[in-house]
Amino acid sequence: MSQAALSLKDDPGPALASRPIGTLPVRLTINGEDHALDLEPWVTLLDLLRERLHLTGTKKGCDHGQCGSCTVLVDGTRLNACLKLAVSLDGSEVTTIEGLGQPGNLHPLQAAFIEHDAFQCGYCTPGQICSAVGLIAEGHAHTRDEVREQMSGNLCRCGAYTNIADAILDVMGQEGRE
Amino acid sequence: MPDTRQTPIKVGIGTPLSRVDGVDKVTGQALYAAEYVVPGMLHGVIVSGRIAKGRIAVIDEAAARAVPGVAEVLTHRNRPHVAWRDSAHKDELSIPGDPFVALRDDRILFSGQPVALVLADSFEAARFAASLLDVTYEEEPHNVDFDLSLAEKTLPLWKRKSFHAPKSHGDADTAYAEADLRHEGEYRLATEHHNPMEMHASTVHWHGDGTITVYDKCQGAQGVRDFIASSFGFRSKDVRVVNAYVGGAFGSGLRPQYQVQLAVLAAKHLQRSVRVVMTRQQMFTHVHRPQAIYSIKLGAERTGKLTSMIHDATTSTSRFENNLEDVVTWGMINYACLNMRGEYTVAPRDTYTSSDMRAPGAATGMTLFEIAMDELAYKAKVDPLEFRLLNYSDEDAMNRQPFTSKALREAYREGAAAFGWQGRPIEPRQMRDGREMIGWGVATGIWDAQFSKTSARATLLADGRLEVASATADIGTGTYTVMTLVAADTLGIAPERITSRLGDSDLPTAPVEGGSWGAASTGAAVQLACRSVAERLLKAAAKVEGQPLAAASSIDDLVFADGRMALRADPGRSVAIIDAMQAAGLDRIEVEETAATGLRGLVSQARKSRKTHSAVFAEVRVDEELGQIRVTRIVSAIAAGRIINPKTSRSQILGGVVMGIGMALHEETLADLRLGRWMNHNYAEYHIPAHADIHDIEVIFVDEPDPEVTPLGVKGLGEIGIISVAGAIANAIFHATGQRHRSLPITLDKLVA
Repeated sequence: MSQAALSLKDDPGPALASRPIGTLPVRLTINGEDHALDLEPWVTLLDLLRERLHLTGTKKGCDHGQCGSCTVLVDGTRLNACLKLAVSLDGSEVTTIEGLGQPGNLHPLQAAFIEHDAFQCGYCTPGQICSAVGLIAEGHAHTRDEVREQMSGNLCRCGAYTNIADAILDVMGQEGRE
Repeated sequence: MPDTRQTPIKVGIGTPLSRVDGVDKVTGQALYAAEYVVPGMLHGVIVSGRIAKGRIAVIDEAAARAVPGVAEVLTHRNRPHVAWRDSAHKDELSIPGDPFVALRDDRILFSGQPVALVLADSFEAARFAASLLDVTYEEEPHNVDFDLSLAEKTLPLWKRKSFHAPKSHGDADTAYAEADLRHEGEYRLATEHHNPMEMHASTVHWHGDGTITVYDKCQGAQGVRDFIASSFGFRSKDVRVVNAYVGGAFGSGLRPQYQVQLAVLAAKHLQRSVRVVMTRQQMFTHVHRPQAIYSIKLGAERTGKLTSMIHDATTSTSRFENNLEDVVTWGMINYACLNMRGEYTVAPRDTYTSSDMRAPGAATGMTLFEIAMDELAYKAKVDPLEFRLLNYSDEDAMNRQPFTSKALREAYREGAAAFGWQGRPIEPRQMRDGREMIGWGVATGIWDAQFSKTSARATLLADGRLEVASATADIGTGTYTVMTLVAADTLGIAPERITSRLGDSDLPTAPVEGGSWGAASTGAAVQLACRSVAERLLKAAAKVEGQPLAAASSIDDLVFADGRMALRADPGRSVAIIDAMQAAGLDRIEVEETAATGLRGLVSQARKSRKTHSAVFAEVRVDEELGQIRVTRIVSAIAAGRIINPKTSRSQILGGVVMGIGMALHEETLADLRLGRWMNHNYAEYHIPAHADIHDIEVIFVDEPDPEVTPLGVKGLGEIGIISVAGAIANAIFHATGQRHRSLPITLDKLVA
C-alpha cells in the first residue's frame, strides 16, 4: 500500500491510476439503525455520513481534524468523523446529531443551545452538541474553565462560546440535580 | 441580560426571542449549500495553482482522466463560453478593476488560483484524480510582500461607490508642529482571512429544461443569480439561487466566489448537476481582510485637548482590482479637532483581491487609531476614558454634521460602571495577581448605520397563519427571527404562527446582506408589508356583524395583539383576525411592499451623520514569565438605536468581540514571500479563538431612541461588535506590562522579545 503511494508520487501514470478501487464490507449501527455497507477503504466516516447516507447534520469544516464540526459519537465517545476511515469502524455504533434528538423530541443539550442562543450560523452546532454529550459522559469537566478547556476542539467562528458554555453548564447542573 | 424565560404579554420588537430557525439548526435539519441531494450529481474538486504569477504551460490530464469514475477535467482549454467583457462579470458589489473569472485563460494572478476542476461520480475519486493532475507553469516574478508593495501605493482614480475620501480641515501640519503634546506612531494590522466554519460550496441542479437551481454559500441570492446570468449566458428568470442557511460568511459571501463559477461552468459543459466544495486550504485562496499600515500624528494642548490629527494609511489590494476601504475617516469623525488631514492609498500585490471582512475599514482604522489615542492620553497624563470624554464630539467632526443620535457618552458611562473602571491606577504595571500582571484598557468603536432598499411579502391565511418573505439572507445574524418579531409586532400574531422565508432569489427583491443594514432594511420592509395587510384587515372588519371597529379611520387607531385587532380608544371593541377574513370571504391576503429611503430620508441623509457607537473595556492578564495573554473580561457597551431582538443582538456583539480578540492576539495570515503563498492556510496554524481563549464578555445596549436614522429606528449590529476590541486589548496589555504594541496581532513572541 505504502509502496503504491510512493510510486504514484513518482509516476502518476494512467495505468496505475486506472486501477479500480476495491470495496470492503462494513457493518455499522448508525442512530440505532443497522447498515450493511460495501465501502472503498478511502471513504471517511464523515463522507459516508454526508455523501452516501445523506446525514448532513454532521458538518465538514476542515476535513483535517482541526475544527470539530464533524464531531460524532462512536460507541459513546466523541471523535472527529473526518479523521476516521469508515472501514476501520466495523461493528461500531455511531450517533450523529440526527440520532440525538429530533424536532419535537429534543435532547436536553439541543434545547439548552436554543435557550442560551449558543449558535448563530448553526454550522458548528451539531459538532458542539455531540462534543458536549461526549464531554458530559466523560465526567472530567466540573467547572466553567474545565468545560472551556475540554470543548476547545470545537471551533465556532460566530463566537458563541460564552453561550455554549452556559448551555452545557445548564445541562450539567440539571443532571447534577437529578 | 433580561430573563429570557419570562413570557411577555405581547411578543414583538424588543422581546428576547429564541431563534426561530433554532430547532432546524440544533437537529441537523438545516440544509447548507453542499447538503442538497441532487440525483445524478457529479462531485467537482478544485485544483489549486502552485505559482503566484505567470501562465499555465502544460496540463497533463491523462492520469487524472484514467481514474475510474472521472467524468471530466475542466480547464481553461475546454471550458464553455464565458462572456468576454469584464463588465459582464461585475456583481452587485464589484469594485473597480477586472473581476477574477475562473478558468478564463492561462494567466495566473495569485497562488492557489483554480486551474482545473476534476469531476467524478464520487468525491473520493475526484479528489484522487485532482491530485494526479500534472500542471506545468511558466513563472514570472511576483510580489506578495506588503512592505515592498508600498513603493507602488496609490489612490486610484476609480473608487468603489462606498468609499468616502477623508476631508481635511484647518492646518493640521502647523498645528501639529506647534502642539504642546505630540504623539507619532506607525500601526499595523496583519492580513486576516474570514474563515467561516462552512467552506464555500455550490450545488448546481441542472434541470435539463434550460433552468438551473444553484444552492450557493453567499450573502445575496439575487446578486449571485444576476452574476450567473450575466457571466454564463443564462436568462435571469432561468436561474434560481438558494441560500436558506449560510454557515457564516463575515463578508466572504458578499460577492460570488469562484466555486460558484466553476460549478456553473461544469454543469453547463456537461449538462449535469454538479457540486463544488472548497477545501479549508482553498478558503485562503480568495478574499481576506487587507494588511494595513497606518501612520498617525496627534497634537494636543497640555490638558490633552486635541489640536491636530494627521492620518496616513495604506491597505493591500490585488493587481486586478482596487479594494478601497474607509480606514482613516473614523477617528476624524469621532473626535473634536479643528485641524485634521487624512491620506489613504492602496498597494497592489500578487494575491487575490482583499475584501470586506466584518467592519471593513473601521475594524482596521478605528482599532489602530484607538491605540494612538491611548498613547496620547498617557502623554497628557489623563485617564484614557477621561481623555476620550475630553475630546468628545457631539457632531460628526469630519463632515461637520449633526448626528441623528449619538449615545456614546452613555455607553462610556454604563460600560465603565459595569466594568468597574473607577479607581483604575493610571500608571502601567500597578495590578498583579501572583505571576500575572493585570491591565485595563478602553477604546471607542464607530460604524455606519445604513439602510438599503428592500422588498418583503406578507401572506395571511384564513386560519390566521402568516408568512413573511424576502430574498435577504441570514448568515447567523438572526434575520429569520427579526422578520418574525417585526411581523408579530405589527399584526399581533404569535411567533409560532408566523413563518419567515428568505435566502431564495425568487422571493421579493433584497440587497446582499452586509454592512449591518439587514435588520433595519428587511425589518422596515416586513413592517410595511404587514401594515398593508393590516389595512386590508380593517376593511375586511367592516363586514363583521355590528362593525365593532367602525370608529377606526386607519390602522393607527387599532391595537393588534393576540390575533385580534382592537380599538386603541376602546379595547373592548375588537375583532379576531380570522373572523374578519371569514366575514369578508377572504382565503388569503397577500401584499408586497418596498421599504425605500423617501424624500425626507434623503434630505436627512444629506444633512445628518448616522453612526453606531461602542465603548469597549478590556481586562487582560499577562503571565510575566511565559508572556501568555488572557483576555479575562470584556464589557462592550453599544449605542445602536432600537434593538429588535435583545437575545440574538447580544449574540452578534459577543461574536464581534470574539473576532476582535482574535484580531488582538491570534489572527495573522503569513506568506512565504519566496513562493508567494499563504502558508498557515488551515485552522491549526491560523488560530481563531477557541473555547479556552474566551472568558467573560458582557454586552450592554444603551438606550438610544432615534426615529430618524431608519424607519424602525434600528442602526444595525453586525459590525460594531468587533470594532476597537483589539484596541482596548492592546491598551490593556500596555497597562498590564508597560509594553506598547502597535502591530496586531500581539502574539507572545512580540511580548517576550
